[in-house]
Amino acid sequence: MAGLSELLVSALILIGAFFLFVGSFGLVKLPDVMRRLHAPTKSTTLGIGSLLIASMLYLALLRDDPSLHELIISVFLFLTAPITAHMISKAHILRNRALQQELPQPPGDEGWATLDPHGANETRLDPEPTRSTNAKD
Amino acid sequence: MIATACLIAVGVISVSALMNLFRLATGPDVLDRILSLDTLTINAIGLVVVIGIWFGTSLYFEIALLFASVGFLSTVAFCKYLLRGNVIE
Repeated sequence: MAGLSELLVSALILIGAFFLFVGSFGLVKLPDVMRRLHAPTKSTTLGIGSLLIASMLYLALLRDDPSLHELIISVFLFLTAPITAHMISKAHILRNRALQQELPQPPGDEGWATLDPHGANETRLDPEPTRSTNAKD
Repeated sequence: MIATACLIAVGVISVSALMNLFRLATGPDVLDRILSLDTLTINAIGLVVVIGIWFGTSLYFEIALLFASVGFLSTVAFCKYLLRGNVIE
């Protein structure tokens, strides 16, 4: 039983380390910001989850000291990784004019990502070709 | 067996942290640097968790929790500064 528990914990540690490595390798390898965003925010979350499950199983099965501390970290990371990816992609859309021209117009009067401090679209800080007029007309 | 797995995992996570430092140094855009800092924080959490398993203590989880919250807040503050030109309006 102890040997099986050790095998399970070791496998989970190695799986977690492998997925952290995959995320960082994708961060180096992929060519674009939007494509680079995929690798860390998904696979490193999976790797951290596997490492935390390994830690919980180790403390519960092999040391008879079960704790739920790790659930706090995993829930926090699972909640915050999509928010991070969303903020980074919005900042990338804001900083890239060509990408703003390619994207369809969002519903309502607001852009995809705006710089104006009050959320109103008429007080844009920098003059640029307005995106509300379609370029094909 | 667990000690061997922890040794391999520490090596692999260290290599991935070096990859993040490479992207942090040569990232063409500022968003690449923000993303690599976030990934570096996640790798640090993984390293702390693996070393906690290796040494057999449950003492290091508060450190991992602090790393998680500070990394998330710093990433959101950087992105908020890029989006709005200000962190707290």
